[in-house]
Amino acid sequence: MAVDDSLMGMPSASGRFGDFGGRYMPESLVPACLELEEAFTEAWSDASFRDEYARLLRDYGGRPTPVTDCTRLSERLGVRVLLKREDLTHTGSHKINNVVGQALLTTRMGKRRVIAETGAGQHGVATATACAMFGLECVVYMGDVDVERQALNVFRMKLLGAEVRPVSSGSRTLKDAINEALRDWVASVETTHYCLGSVMGPHPYPWMVREFQRVVGEEARDQCRELLDGADPDYVVACVGGGSNAAGTFAGFVDTNARLVGVEPEGGAAIGHGVPGVVHGSRSFLLQDEHGQVLEARSISAGLDYPGVGPEHAHLASIGRATYVSAGDAEVLEALQVLARTEGIIPALEPAHAVAWLLRAAGTDELPTGSTVLLTMSGRGDKDAEQVMHLLSP
Amino acid sequence: MSGVGPLEAHLRERRDAGRKLLIPYVTGGLGDQWLDVLWAMADAGADAIEVGIPFSDPVMDGPTIQEASQKALDLGATPIGILDALRDVDVSVPLVAMTYYNLVFRTGHRRFARLLADNHVCGAIIPDVPLEELDDWARAAEDGGVETVLLAAPVTPDDRLAELCRRTQGFVYGVSVMGITGERQALAESAAVMAKRLKAQTDKPVILGFGISTPEQAVEATRDADGVVVASALMRRMLDGAGPEDIGEAVAALRSALDTAG
Repeated sequence: MAVDDSLMGMPSASGRFGDFGGRYMPESLVPACLELEEAFTEAWSDASFRDEYARLLRDYGGRPTPVTDCTRLSERLGVRVLLKREDLTHTGSHKINNVVGQALLTTRMGKRRVIAETGAGQHGVATATACAMFGLECVVYMGDVDVERQALNVFRMKLLGAEVRPVSSGSRTLKDAINEALRDWVASVETTHYCLGSVMGPHPYPWMVREFQRVVGEEARDQCRELLDGADPDYVVACVGGGSNAAGTFAGFVDTNARLVGVEPEGGAAIGHGVPGVVHGSRSFLLQDEHGQVLEARSISAGLDYPGVGPEHAHLASIGRATYVSAGDAEVLEALQVLARTEGIIPALEPAHAVAWLLRAAGTDELPTGSTVLLTMSGRGDKDAEQVMHLLSP
Repeated sequence: MSGVGPLEAHLRERRDAGRKLLIPYVTGGLGDQWLDVLWAMADAGADAIEVGIPFSDPVMDGPTIQEASQKALDLGATPIGILDALRDVDVSVPLVAMTYYNLVFRTGHRRFARLLADNHVCGAIIPDVPLEELDDWARAAEDGGVETVLLAAPVTPDDRLAELCRRTQGFVYGVSVMGITGERQALAESAAVMAKRLKAQTDKPVILGFGISTPEQAVEATRDADGVVVASALMRRMLDGAGPEDIGEAVAALRSALDTAG
């Protein structure tokens, strides 16, 4: 396979990855996006910012996270499975990587208030955590459907000193939480930073969040080479809602020969079933009707319940560098149990989508026997335990 | 389109005659009387009318327009249905569509511009298309004879404001407050500043919107601006069950306050 080393670098000046991305924002928010782009560009080339970011990820976030060689699962599937353990970070998911970076940036820009959206609650908890550590005011918007199904995370955010504002408009999930966070931001932009949780939104967010998640892929590549005598895995797999853990993971492998596979939820497969559209500031694939009204995503996993996808994933899909597949609710539940029983790791419902694909594809042409797979275990299943208990009770 | 389009010409002429401009808004497809509301607005002295084409995710809109949009969508409103309904409406004042970009993008720039022009809509306001993303739509709009109205915000820096005033067509829409659409107790202090900054930049009509609900607020806003957009205050009445006659009266009250003050 020819390797394109320009992939997953800087987007164009207009914030585009190929045909996707951009900055479709109301005028009221454009100056803030420009300010953020300038602040991030400057910070990311500032060694002292990078050092402080790395130090916080190490001493506070628990990095580097290990790669676990899953011998029992590998034996069962006939493919060698390596898990990148983002579930072992502080707060239990990869989301901490992004929020530590954005919280540092918030103080660098002189802002004292942070708003965020959350679906499953992981990004909300991570944001509340970082804000507590930095002494920043924190407001988290969350669809009231999600407030109900992720009650534990709501409580955690409150314990951490954040205010959780339930959103009752639209589909009352992640998409609507983003709408409401944007509405807050329009009124508060001069004092407030919007800490977006995924590789989506207007430029510079898709690029910035991917850079803050790049550490996942870079660590994993080095760890894989150590485990595989210098070789790279044949496949690199991650779940995709907005796509931040996948973007961070892929960034470490895009210039290798590894096949990149993103796993979307069946009921929210923006790349699988969507067509190009523009929502929340960027052009990407989007679940929408014939007139352009955005459709509601439906998935067992609140964190993947989003009708769009990060624009860079749309680009990687359209040029064929990454493949996007999907997994349904039932096989996801099954996969969660299989991993729990064979490896003693209870995954969050989001990465359980990636595991579901692994179980389904192993031994087929899609994922031949004897292959080596690196799968990003983006978060741990504690937050979903109650929901899964109800789903599994007869 | 080169030079001044019909929307701008119409508004300029009225402004230059000493009139304060009034642009009420109606959500297209909101109930079965929205076209009658449109007529009532024109009869009550509107200088142009904004027709909202509802979108599922209106991020610049507050609770009232969100509710109006959702209700219209629940009733089956579509961009094409709304525009088709305007085909036989000739209200003698210009119509300006207000919508979000995905509906334009999905329909196709050229097709959307043609749909507007073919149905008496001579202007378009698309708040999530800033200067940076304007070119594709602007080309199609100009070819189709549609004037694209740009929004300016209190946080827009001066150099950007100048570019925005240069590129806007029809009028320039000054956002009076940092926030979303919706009724407010008092006119924001930023309103007068916004209007003065715009007037210093351009001779095009300067219209303020966002948070202008009452005749008193409209009068206050037009001390510096050439006119106002009133949306949520009227849509709140419609959602509460007001018919065309009631909306006409509310528009007439705004008209009369502006004329008396002028």
